[in-house]
Amino acid sequence: MESKWTVVVASSVIAFILKITGYIIPEKYLEKPTIKSITNYVPIVMLSALVIVQTFSQGQSIVFDARLLGLIIAFVLLLLRAPFIIVVISAAVVSALFRYLFN
Amino acid sequence: MNIPSHASRSIVTRNAVSVGLATGLYGISFGALAVTSGFNFFQTQVLSLGLFSGASQFAVVGIIGAGGGSIAAIATSSLLGVRNGFYALSLANLLKLKSYKKVLGAQITIDESTAMAVANNNDEDLGRWAFWATGISVFVFWNIATAIGAFGAQFVTDPKSLGLDAAVAAAFLALLWPRLSNLRIRTVALIAGILAFALTPFVQPGIPVLASVLIAIFYGIREKK
Repeated sequence: MESKWTVVVASSVIAFILKITGYIIPEKYLEKPTIKSITNYVPIVMLSALVIVQTFSQGQSIVFDARLLGLIIAFVLLLLRAPFIIVVISAAVVSALFRYLFN
Repeated sequence: MNIPSHASRSIVTRNAVSVGLATGLYGISFGALAVTSGFNFFQTQVLSLGLFSGASQFAVVGIIGAGGGSIAAIATSSLLGVRNGFYALSLANLLKLKSYKKVLGAQITIDESTAMAVANNNDEDLGRWAFWATGISVFVFWNIATAIGAFGAQFVTDPKSLGLDAAVAAAFLALLWPRLSNLRIRTVALIAGILAFALTPFVQPGIPVLASVLIAIFYGIREKK
């Protein structure tokens, strides 16, 4: 419980510091194009890694289970331009159904 | 000047409310997923009030829910939050924030408010208006939605049976989706995914996601040669 509060408070404080730093420091210090393009890639690579880890990992093991089916449904729905909430709920429903039927 | 500005303000306000409502809908899923990942109602709400950045918030609950360590969760959240600092940097000249407004403005500097400010900054007043309207709208709806989701999820006993673990994966994919604008970015995303997959058996949970930043650094350096 206590460590969860640590995570909640620490990540919130750091997030705020990152935001306000941009308003405090002069732009010239961070105008380097390399830093900008790295920063553009950071959310891409991390979100991609999070998709994979959340779908396949169980601790340190790789498992193929109902989550993969949910992810495939999400992928198809995103291709069809479905809204966020539909994508998330469909993935949940499909993998829940799969578990209910086959586990 | 004043009259058309007033008319376009109401259009911008309407758009800001729509963006807030749409974002709010996934705030419900955040609230529900946070509680089923082991965060209590208040911790979940503080994440939406304080951390207030969708991708970082999903990352924190995803990593802790999957058994990752506190440091990995905080580091991942923070690395995902670096971009908000760059948004602030690019908005500073437009917004010209002073004293307490700097604090409030910083807190609502996120993807949505930045995008709306930039989209309307051909007229500086309108750009500022778009920033505040969108930021406040998203903040309010996101937090209300979080509370609804978190409250509802308290009655869920087995999150897996409801497929909520798959919902987290789908949420990350949906957050990633609009950023995959060209082939190069898709390739980088794919490589990062493969690296995370390959590392999973060998390192602690949470580390594969942090390691993906190396891919960003590699391609970021190569891009500007």
